[in-house]
Amino acid sequence: MGILEVKNVGKRFGGLQALSDVNLSVQENSVHAIIGPNGAGKSTLLNCFVGKLIPDTGSVMFNGQSVLGLKPHQINQMGISRVFQTPEIFSDLDVMENVMISCFARRDGSFRMHPFETVAHETDIVEQAEKMLTEVNMIDKRHMHASSLSRGDKRRLEMAMCLAQEPKLLLLDEPTAGMARADTNNTIDLLKEIREKRDITMAIIEHDMHVVFSLADRITVLAQGTPLVEDTPENIKGHPKVKEAYLGEAA
Amino acid sequence: MKMLGLSRKDTTFLLIVIALTLFTPILLQPFPEGSGLATFNAGYPDLMQRFAIFGIFAIGFNILFGLTGYLSFGHAAFLGVGSYSVVWMYKLLGYSVVPGILLAVVVSAVFALVIGFISLRRSGIYFSILTLAFAQMSYNLAYSVLTPLTNGETGLQVYTNDPQVLMGENSPTSPHFFGIVMNESSKLNVGGWEFTFNNGYYFTAIVAILVFYLSMRIFRSPFGLMLRAIKTNQTRLNYTGLNSRPYTLAAFVISGMYAGLAGALMASMDPLAGAERMQWTASGEVVLMTILGGAGTLMGPILGAGFIKYFENIFSKINDNMLHQWFAWMPDGIENFLIGVSHFFVGKSWHLTLGLLFMLVVIFLPGGLVEGGQRIARRFRSRKSKDDGSEAQTQPAE
Amino acid sequence: MDAIILQILNGLDKGSAYALIALGLTLIFGTLGVVNFAHGALFMIGAFVAVTLQRVFSLSYDQVDPTKTDFLGNPLVVQIPYIESWFGPEVGHWLMDWSVPLAIIAAIPVMLIVGFVMERGLIKHFYKRPHADQILVTFGLAIVLQELVKYFFGANPIQTGAPDAFAGSMDFGVLLGFDPNVIIYPYWRLVYFGFAALVLGGVFAFLQFTTFGMVVRAGMADRETVGLLGINIDRRFTLMFGLAAAVAGMAGVMYTPILAPNYHMGMDFLVLSFVVVVVGGMGSLPGAVAAGFLLGILQSFASMNEIKSLIPGIDQVIIYLVAILILLTRPRGLLGRAGVMED
Repeated sequence: MGILEVKNVGKRFGGLQALSDVNLSVQENSVHAIIGPNGAGKSTLLNCFVGKLIPDTGSVMFNGQSVLGLKPHQINQMGISRVFQTPEIFSDLDVMENVMISCFARRDGSFRMHPFETVAHETDIVEQAEKMLTEVNMIDKRHMHASSLSRGDKRRLEMAMCLAQEPKLLLLDEPTAGMARADTNNTIDLLKEIREKRDITMAIIEHDMHVVFSLADRITVLAQGTPLVEDTPENIKGHPKVKEAYLGEAA
Repeated sequence: MKMLGLSRKDTTFLLIVIALTLFTPILLQPFPEGSGLATFNAGYPDLMQRFAIFGIFAIGFNILFGLTGYLSFGHAAFLGVGSYSVVWMYKLLGYSVVPGILLAVVVSAVFALVIGFISLRRSGIYFSILTLAFAQMSYNLAYSVLTPLTNGETGLQVYTNDPQVLMGENSPTSPHFFGIVMNESSKLNVGGWEFTFNNGYYFTAIVAILVFYLSMRIFRSPFGLMLRAIKTNQTRLNYTGLNSRPYTLAAFVISGMYAGLAGALMASMDPLAGAERMQWTASGEVVLMTILGGAGTLMGPILGAGFIKYFENIFSKINDNMLHQWFAWMPDGIENFLIGVSHFFVGKSWHLTLGLLFMLVVIFLPGGLVEGGQRIARRFRSRKSKDDGSEAQTQPAE
Repeated sequence: MDAIILQILNGLDKGSAYALIALGLTLIFGTLGVVNFAHGALFMIGAFVAVTLQRVFSLSYDQVDPTKTDFLGNPLVVQIPYIESWFGPEVGHWLMDWSVPLAIIAAIPVMLIVGFVMERGLIKHFYKRPHADQILVTFGLAIVLQELVKYFFGANPIQTGAPDAFAGSMDFGVLLGFDPNVIIYPYWRLVYFGFAALVLGGVFAFLQFTTFGMVVRAGMADRETVGLLGINIDRRFTLMFGLAAAVAGMAGVMYTPILAPNYHMGMDFLVLSFVVVVVGGMGSLPGAVAAGFLLGILQSFASMNEIKSLIPGIDQVIIYLVAILILLTRPRGLLGRAGVMED
């Protein structure tokens, strides 16, 4: 039994069958990559995990509980955090405030009326946030405005915000999309480091094979909305069906 | 110097605001009565009360618009509801303002809860139009079927045959706070200058300081942080496990209560309530005050409210004779030309100046007066540090 | 049955005005992506073009008429309009009588110029700014325009009559076989409806059958792609703004005999037209027209005594109620595309 169990998921947009019969099991404390050519339905699938989309058929279970029909914030409170393709951060706030919001969300739940407390007096939250920023090497930038960060730092900040919630499952949507090689390698190192330091499960959607093969324990190849194969990276590398799917895209 | 759970900087800030508010009657009366510049005096009790009341209105509006970015075009409805509540309490109980103000805050909170619950299901321009629709509905209803409650076009007022069950033999016959009558005042003569201390003003000023302190606490609280986060990126907020709806609703209700309080204070100064207070142009005015001062800043709405009410007063008082006096030293042709041009902006045309000001602020100074002040301060500072040479390039702003 | 027909007819003229203003609003929103709170002011400017023309036509000089005397026995001084002395009394009188329809001719260039100046001078700088800023700056502009009109024309409504030929009412019921005097409808309102239908048809035909219109429609659907084709979409959009201004202005000109123009009529109509646009669907032209007529007719039904006695006050709030219901259940509006401005 995996931490995330996807059974027979199907989703249709008008005349387009975006997903059909998707079965997937993400094991606890593993890194599971979902790869596939453009339009294979990777993002659609991810959106079904986080509550942005509701599949037409099938079930998505997290830790034995269904997530279908729940709002994004409810699913997040269950322990799923998400990193976006382009970093989603609070760009009008400073770095410290960005991380503190995550800490508050973890401590107080999805809503708490606390209009007469003072942020600066919440010492435990401040400490947590500072610890988190130290972990991603951003503590010296804690008073910077988030909008003035470099793209790589924005990605780091978003990662820190997700990790501050201590999620059980971290979803990463093409975390290195549009990055230069050096930045990509930094991100890979950061993810490896995170993995070593804490018990965390990751599901990565990725285009870049280099990233996938340096991180993943298991890989699912998606093509035209259905999983083709699921196997270890070694076995996926030479798999004829995978070659076919990717060559088919190139031709 | 820390107190009341505020940081040192905020405490200083609050003390400055308190001082400014309490000395307003003196500050606004810098020129002796009867001198040529007395026109620029603004020490009339009713004008100062308006400063404080619209300040409260704008502080509350800022909690919604400044922090969350939700632009409501219907806040005047709460203002009107607040006024009606107070006048009804006068009619039923008597001229004490306390029950009326309490009722006004409660009623406007309930009203805001209902309107906010529905309107906040949409965002952006759709939210603005929903709030506008609700306010216009209230305004139209106040003039038509709700006449038994609002007294229609005449406006709600106290009549001699009203019950006023708590009125005793010696109770004041105009609004009062535990016997302190609002429209009475004491005068002080200092070396030929006359200062007016008005009970009504000091009452509203103290209420204004209290609610300003509350808004300060909200700004610095985790709740305020969440509201600012909503303005920046709602997607991230939701994917961080936070439900934005109750936060925005709470902000909406709080700002509605501020508006209700402001409306209540209006009726505390002058025991009247009319539906025109609910018209959407009144909502537009509070938007203007907040933007002009600087939305999302603590000081902005107060500055904006003061600025607009002060210049409204001055500009509407200026008339032809004054213009002639001022420009008399110029050659006739230029004098007449200048008077002709000034005509567009003063007297009854004050709204034109207001509209123009509105446009100029949005175009050139989207951050409002507060940002403008910061820019000037920064320029001075950078010039100074250039002169010093040593201290150039210290740290990035903020 | 007769009451229903009467209410539909009564709703048509208001509905026409809503549709004409809403059409321009949604056109500007669809092409430029700008929420224009000053659009109501354009309607008002149109109305005051008619007022101005009427005043210009009635400019007079004094002339002593030696044949008549006033009650003191002095020779009578009569005011002769300049146009009567230039073109002869008959033509002069005709010109004054027909000043409202003639004002259309004056309004088109005036409104085009106003539109161009507004777009090039102000709106252009707000394409990339948030919608809240657009609302605020155009709101400010609307106040300025309204106050200028108030400054020059005063705060009181100015009666502006329709040509004598259209004075009076038509007994519409007799035509349909009802009793006389049941369905009575003023001629001018019929004219207004016909005029609105003509303008709406013209705008749609223009957008449908000309290359220019095709580019504009393509730009409304997907601005970036059209830009990539190397078409200078901006200049066309400027022209669209002028066109929208002209439509609103003409709607204002023709409305003057129905509602005596006053300086705040623009704001009054703006709020309702915005509601119309939202109900029809932001950026949808047919939606704006359909919703305009729908709400106009609904409003006149709600003001029937039978309905008012059933639900008191419904005539005051019906439009807003419909808008609230539509926004909550179908935020894209009746005919709008999904996702427009739903952050």
